[in-house]
Amino acid sequence: MKSNSPSVALFIPCYVDQFYPMVGIATLELLEKLGCTVTYPSGQTCCGQPLANAGYARDTVGTATHFIETFTDFDYVVCPSGSCTLHVKEHFPPIDGLKKEQEALEHKIYELIEFITDVLKIEKLEGKFPHRVGFHSSCHGQRGLHLSSGSELNQPPYNKARKLLENLEGLDWVELSRTDECCGFGGTFAVTEEALSIQMGKDRLADHLHHKTEILTGGDMSCIMHLQGIATRSKQELKFLHLAEILNQALS
Amino acid sequence: MTHPENAAEFLKDSQKAKWHDETLWFVRDKRDKVSKSIPEWEQLRELASGIKNNVLANLADYLEEFERNATKNGIIVHWAADSEEHNRLVLEILQQQDCRAVVKSKSILTEECHLNPYLEKHGIEVVDTDLGERIVQFLNQPPSHIVLPAIHLKKGEISELFHEKLKTEKGNEDPTYLTQAARVHLREKFFAAKVAITGVNFGIAETGEFVVCTNEGNADMGVHLAQVHIACMGIEKILPRRKDLGVFLRLLARSATGQPITNYNSHFRSPTPGKEIHIILVDNGRTAQLAREKFRNSLKCIRCGACMNTCPIYRRSGGFSYNSTVPGPIGSILSPGLDLKKHSSLPFASTLCGSCTDVCPVKINIHEQLYEWRQEVTKTQGEFAKGLAMKLANGIFKSPLAYKITGSLMRNAVKSLPNSLIYHPLNIWGKNRNLPDPPMESFQQWYRKNRA
Repeated sequence: MKSNSPSVALFIPCYVDQFYPMVGIATLELLEKLGCTVTYPSGQTCCGQPLANAGYARDTVGTATHFIETFTDFDYVVCPSGSCTLHVKEHFPPIDGLKKEQEALEHKIYELIEFITDVLKIEKLEGKFPHRVGFHSSCHGQRGLHLSSGSELNQPPYNKARKLLENLEGLDWVELSRTDECCGFGGTFAVTEEALSIQMGKDRLADHLHHKTEILTGGDMSCIMHLQGIATRSKQELKFLHLAEILNQALS
Repeated sequence: MTHPENAAEFLKDSQKAKWHDETLWFVRDKRDKVSKSIPEWEQLRELASGIKNNVLANLADYLEEFERNATKNGIIVHWAADSEEHNRLVLEILQQQDCRAVVKSKSILTEECHLNPYLEKHGIEVVDTDLGERIVQFLNQPPSHIVLPAIHLKKGEISELFHEKLKTEKGNEDPTYLTQAARVHLREKFFAAKVAITGVNFGIAETGEFVVCTNEGNADMGVHLAQVHIACMGIEKILPRRKDLGVFLRLLARSATGQPITNYNSHFRSPTPGKEIHIILVDNGRTAQLAREKFRNSLKCIRCGACMNTCPIYRRSGGFSYNSTVPGPIGSILSPGLDLKKHSSLPFASTLCGSCTDVCPVKINIHEQLYEWRQEVTKTQGEFAKGLAMKLANGIFKSPLAYKITGSLMRNAVKSLPNSLIYHPLNIWGKNRNLPDPPMESFQQWYRKNRA
C-alpha cells in the first residue's frame, strides 16, 4: 500500500497457527511484498467456528468477545481462510457492549484473496510459477464470500483466485469436471459423518488426478488438510499448497 | 439408525454409490444448463421467493379466499389439522362411494400422512400410478426421492421385479419394454377405479382452481376415468393469482429435471356434471413451522427436488439414509420441525456447503436453517451430550494463554506419540486420513522470534 498506509492486522486461524505456520508466514510476506504494513496481534486464538457449527454457537460468546477486542484498533483484518472470515462476518453471536466494534469488524475483515483484489485493487501479479495447478474452491469462500461464481447460479463466471494465478508465468490452470463440489471436510462433519467425508474427499481427489493436477491449491487449509490427509494415506502423487504460498513463492 | 450409520452402509456398495452420485449429478447438470438458458433466471427465483413470502405472511386470508372460490366452483373443500384427520376424510369419501380400489398419482403429502397403509388396513387397494412410485410400491418401499421415487434402483433390479410382479421376460432390461408392461398393468387399474387421488402443486386463491403437474399424464388418466377426484394439498401450496403460475411453472420443471416444462400441467376448476371434486387442505405441522421465525420460509418449498440432486451428501448416501418422507437438505430442515428427536442427526448431515440454497428456485436459505437447527438440537441434548472438547473449547479460545499451552501440547503429542496411538480406532480423523506433519513451532512462536 502507498502512503498513509492503513493498518492491517493478520488473523491466522488456530489450525493454521498450530499445523501450517508456513501458510501464516507466506500470508504475512505476501502482504508485505504488496506494500502493506502488517501486524500480527498477539493473544489471538480462534474464531469459534468449530463450536458454532457443532450447534454450540451460544457457547462462543467468550471467544467472540476476545476476538473483537483483539482486532478493534485496526483498519483491516486479513485472514488466509474464507471459512473463518465468513464465520466472523455472519455467525458471531451478538456481543453486548461491543455492538459498534462488532459491526465494524464485520465490514473490515477480508479473506486474503479478496483483500488483494478488492481492497488493494490489484488486477494482476507479476511472477513465475511453472506448475500445473488445480484449484479447490472452498464452499464458504465461494458461496458465502462470493470469491468466485457458483455453478448453480446464472451469473457471469468469475474467480478472484484464478485471476491472480493465471497471470503467473508458466502456470497451467487445471479445468475440473466438477468445478465447485464440496470436499467433505465440513468441520465436525469430517468426524461425525466420516464415511461420507472420506468418499467426498476421494471424489474430489479423483477429479484432480484425472485432470493431471500437479499442485492442488485453495484458500482454506482445512479443506486442504482433509484432502492431503486422504491423499497421503493412499500414497497419491499430489502436492498441496495454500494460495498464499503459491503467490508468495511466485513473487520472490 | 442415524444418518451417519445409514450413509456408511450405503457407501459399502461403492459401485452403486458411484452410479447414484453420477446419475443425480447428471440431473443437476441438466438443471444448470437449462437454467442458464433463461437470462432472467435469478430474477424469476427472486420473484418466486417474494410471492411465497407474501403467501406465508397472509396464509389464512388466501386459504379462505381459495375456499370461497373453490366452493363457488362446485369443489367440496375439507380441512385436516393433521395426518389422522386427512386419512379419515379420505376413507370417509371412499366409503361413501363404496370404493374398494383407488388410483393415486404422486403425492408426497399422502406419503407424509402414510395414507396407503391406512387405507389398506381398511381393506382398500391403493395403486400408485406414477411409474417410479408403482415400482417402489411393489417393493414395499417409500420413495427415495420426491421427484424420482425409484432413483435408487437400477434397471436390472426393475427388470427382475417386473418379471416377478408383471410376468415380463426374465432378463429383459429394455426400458421401453418394461414401461409398456407397466402401462398395460396400470390401464386395468385406471379402468377399475371409481375414485382417483392426486396431490396438488399449486392452489390458486383468486380462482379457486388447482394445478397438478406430472410427466406421465397419470393424474389426468386417473381423474378423468373416475367418478370422484380427491385432491390432497398442503396449506402452503397456495398462490395468490393465476398469473403467478407463469413464474412457478417456469421454475418447477427446470429445477426438478432440467425440462423446460412438465409434460402435463392440468388445471382443475369445476367437476364435470355428475362427478365430484374434493380438496383436503392439510396442516399437519405446517402452522407450527410457520410460527418458527427462523424456519418458516422452509414452507416456500415447491417440492422440485433440486436440493437433493445437488447435495453431495444426498447423492452419496441415498434418500433412505434420511429416514424421513422428504429426504435431502429440504427434508433436513422440515422434518426436525415434525419430530426433533427422531430427526436430530439430519441437520448434521451436511457440510453447510450452501449448494442447496443456490439451486433452490424459491431461495430458501436451506444451509443456514441447517445451522440454526443444529443450535436447537444441542439445546435438547443437554450438557451431557457435549463432548469434552466442546466444553473446553470456549475456555481455551477466550484465553490466549490457555490456547498457547493447549496448542503446543497438541503439536508435541502428535510429534512424540507413536503412530499406533495417533491412529487409534478412537481417533476417527485418522481412520482413513493422515494428520499433517506437526511443525517445530507455531506461527505465533515464529512471529515472536522473527518479527516482534
